[in-house]
Amino acid sequence: MNRNFVLAVDRIKCDGRGICAELLPEVIRLDDWGYPIIAEDPIPDHLLSLAQRAVEDCPVLALAIRRADKAKTNGN
Amino acid sequence: MSNSLLWYTTRGAGAITLVLLTAVVVLGVLSSLRAQSDSWPRFLTAGLHRNLALMTLVFLALHISTAVVDPFTDLGWVAAVIPFSSYYRTFWLGLGVIAFELLVALVVTSLLRNVIGLKAWRAVHWMTYASWPVAVIHGFGTGTDSWSAWLIAITIICGAAVGASALYRLIAGPTDPLAAPRTDFRAAVQKRDL
Amino acid sequence: MNRLLAGPSPAAGAESAASHIGRLGRLPDAGPHFIDTLTQSRIVGRGGAGFAAGTKWRAVATHSRDNAVIVVNGAEGEPQSQKDRLLMSTRPHLILDGAFIAARVLRARGVMLYIGERHTAARDGMMRALAERSEPERALVATQTAPARYVAGAESAAIHLINEGVATPTTMPPFPFERGVDGMPTLVHNVETLAQIALLARHGAPSGTSLITVAGAVAKKGVLEVDSETTVGDVIKLAGGTEGWSRAVLIGGYFGAWADTAAAWDLPLDATGLRNRGLSLGCGVIGVLASNRCPVCEVAGIMHYLANESSAQCGPCFFGLRALADACGRISEKGTSREDIARLNRWAEQVRARGACRHPDGTIMFLQSALVTFAPEFADHRPHVTKLAA
Repeated sequence: MNRNFVLAVDRIKCDGRGICAELLPEVIRLDDWGYPIIAEDPIPDHLLSLAQRAVEDCPVLALAIRRADKAKTNGN
Repeated sequence: MSNSLLWYTTRGAGAITLVLLTAVVVLGVLSSLRAQSDSWPRFLTAGLHRNLALMTLVFLALHISTAVVDPFTDLGWVAAVIPFSSYYRTFWLGLGVIAFELLVALVVTSLLRNVIGLKAWRAVHWMTYASWPVAVIHGFGTGTDSWSAWLIAITIICGAAVGASALYRLIAGPTDPLAAPRTDFRAAVQKRDL
Repeated sequence: MNRLLAGPSPAAGAESAASHIGRLGRLPDAGPHFIDTLTQSRIVGRGGAGFAAGTKWRAVATHSRDNAVIVVNGAEGEPQSQKDRLLMSTRPHLILDGAFIAARVLRARGVMLYIGERHTAARDGMMRALAERSEPERALVATQTAPARYVAGAESAAIHLINEGVATPTTMPPFPFERGVDGMPTLVHNVETLAQIALLARHGAPSGTSLITVAGAVAKKGVLEVDSETTVGDVIKLAGGTEGWSRAVLIGGYFGAWADTAAAWDLPLDATGLRNRGLSLGCGVIGVLASNRCPVCEVAGIMHYLANESSAQCGPCFFGLRALADACGRISEKGTSREDIARLNRWAEQVRARGACRHPDGTIMFLQSALVTFAPEFADHRPHVTKLAA
């Protein structure tokens, strides 16, 4: 059974440090002001461990990995 | 003799700990200032900061354990954990214990960041700026009779690095570009009593 | 009669309890089955989001352990809107009826009135009406004052003010229906929504009407009660018509959408019909653009306002809306450039849905509807020559 995961960011906690985009450029890119734009597709399996590292390395704990089937909320 | 070996290991490990701690502080400041270049990404600063902090603890453990088992100082493990409880150079050693415990608190809160939340973690992190000067003073007090020119030079260089970093960090002010407008807006939407 | 503004003339001020009960009878008892009635009535929120009221109630009921909280949202932060103020100052008992029905059905332990700090007549009306209610009802109620800023009227901002003393919107989840005031399941409703629910409880059927505020270049600005057959043209005529012709109307307030007046003239203000045209009543403001007002300059002014109303919690909203407003300002003051138009399109896509609340989204929708409706004006705007005094 294939479990799909996506990265979710808490927009209020995020303050544009950009480490996540450096670690995971395939999924996260930065907008014109340095804040992350996260691709909506599920994280490819081979990048899951990097995604986990991005979550741990975020200096303000703004990132989380969520199940893709959870309801979409504003702020992703 | 083995006494001398322990003693030199204690002093050597202490010096290395100081150098590592200096690097950790400088990297921490660079991290909060979001330093980067084309060939030096931010995750490298963050990763080095974290890994060197762990290495600092390793050398600190070596420094403490060799000091404790050294028959010359006759310390015992209690003295390594309870500040100002040793018979040997009570005050200066006590400072070392304080610096050690600050660093342990730092690493533990960092590992448990998800659990304790950002505010608590940040509070402890700011306290660790104090661990550097406390460690240096501990070094002066416990080894005044055997300071070499090398050690003095290393201490001065490390001191300059930490001093410059701390000054730079202070001058830079808030690193979050939203800090000022967010504060202004919050002030405008405070609870009113009418 | 099943209308919000039925009864004594609004000029007479707040309707008394005696008149209210004389007209409509005592507040009926409502049980859990009322949620089905509410769902079938298709009543939606009147604060702007238009969410189905029955769905909200069911969500709160699921989570409530006799500890729900009802928040009566009378913040009315939309600058041109007046309907909520009017309702609070003239029909406060209808609003309170709706709140107390919700409190009973959802097993609430408190009702919080959240009234805009500048709406003094509204506050007086609500307080006077509250004094006329029964002791058990009064015991449920507390009052908070909403700061007069645009986002302070958002649900999560209201809850955050009550909990933490600052009216800033918050990240969701958690949603109010699961964790709101004091961590309790919370229902937040606009005052008009509650009044509509009160009418539903009494008449067994929804009123089928909506309150709208007519603003801008009409002779008689103010509040009208319309039904699903009233057209945009009817509204403008009821408001005394425009001086000269009107280029466009803004339907739904600052988070609404622009429409060409001629094209929208015969459009009935019916939810489904509006939705098919990409429009919505939103917070009920219909703004008529004056014939002597340049649309580009008007849009730039509103964009600056909305950018300034960002709570500065999320980078994309604060910096993005600022950049968009500045680009609109440049087009307004210096004339159209290809770069600025490209920037507007680029940043609109970058900013959309990237804030914690809906402030950036609403602003982007407003801007994009302007770029479509006023495409000719934006394509070739020149700075206006100001006539100097001789």
